[in-house]
Formats: sequence, structure tokens, C-alpha cells
Amino acid sequence: MELIAIDKRLDARGLACPMPIVKTAQMMKTMASGETLEVISTDAGSIKDFAAWSRTTGNPLLESSSDAAVYRFVLRKA
Amino acid sequence: MDEPLNLILFSGTDDKLQAAAVLSAGAAALGRPVNVFLQYWALDAFRADRIGQSHGLAPEAGEEGRRQVDALTAAGQQSWAETFRQAKDLGGIDIEACSLSMDLLGIGPDDLDPLVDGVEGVTAFHINAGSGPVVFI
Repeated sequence: MELIAIDKRLDARGLACPMPIVKTAQMMKTMASGETLEVISTDAGSIKDFAAWSRTTGNPLLESSSDAAVYRFVLRKA
Repeated sequence: MDEPLNLILFSGTDDKLQAAAVLSAGAAALGRPVNVFLQYWALDAFRADRIGQSHGLAPEAGEEGRRQVDALTAAGQQSWAETFRQAKDLGGIDIEACSLSMDLLGIGPDDLDPLVDGVEGVTAFHINAGSGPVVFI
């Protein structure tokens, strides 16, 4: 169930730190303000990394959840 | 986060260069400028004809460390050079060769991989470092 409309998706499963964040930053650069990006990651550092990245860059983190060792994030481009 | 992260890379082994590349990529993803200064064996590893080769591991890795790194590589972990390339795509990373080390190794700018942006002296490095932390790897 997706309450937030997703504009872009990034499958970062299997990528080691810091590539999920690097690829997220790369993709966000190509997006328009207001668009949303869903990222799926398996890197255990992702929860804290995405929260910190969102705070520092000002791109809101709309969702952060985990299911077993798979992490899901939804960001909105500021 | 406006102050740059300043890394002096001295060691030329693959594990230390990978650690430096990961630190650089993380900072770049946050929009933090990164200045990388290449000296001695790290500079040697950035030679165009050597960057794709194996550069060994730090002595503390031992045989077990070698096996662990080999397993990660076999599982698809990218090289430190590729990590630097992707980090540089984000912008904000400047990689400079130490001119004194260039003399030591007897090489010129054309001998270096395109990842290297230029050649500078230690004075320029200190000026560009501002009041950001300086880390020696």
C-alpha cells in the first residue's frame, strides 16, 4: 500500500555503503522539485545514513521502514 | 558542513584507498567539498598504467584479511577507483597530485589517471583546506 505517489524508483539492493546514498544523490540531481524517490537498500547503515542525508541536504524523508534486512525510503526533492 | 573534508592519501594499498574513496563519496553525497592530496605510494597507485592493477593490502590485513577482501571483490564490490569516479560525478571532489611526490616518482601529469584534476604544492593544499579537518591515510 503506497499512500505517497512515487515518481522515481532506485533499487540499491546489494550495494555496499556509501553507494546507496551516492546513487540517491545522483538521481535526485536529475529530478524536479517536489518529485518523490523510493529507494530500496540492503545496507545496514542505510537507516541512519538516509536520515542524516535528508537532514543535511534539506530533501525531506517522507518514509523510512524496514522489513527483515531490506530497507525502504521515500524522499521528496526540495 | 561547509568546511571541506581534506584527505592526504599517502598509502597506496587497495584497502586504504577504498576507505578513502568511501569517505570521499559519503561527503560528496552530502554536498560537502572534498580535497584529496596524493602523496608517495597513493600517487603511484593513481598512475594511468597502474590504477587498474592490484596494489596489495596494509600489513595488518594478514592472510585472513586478504581472503575477506577477495571474497568481497568476488561478491561484486567495486574498486576504489570506480568509487572515486562515481563520487566525482556528484561534484565537489578535487584530487590533486603532490608536486614533490611527482618529482620523487619521476612522473609528469600525463602519466596520471584522468581522476586526478591537477598538480599542486603543499601550500595550495593548506590554503584550500581552510579550517576543515585534515586526515592522513
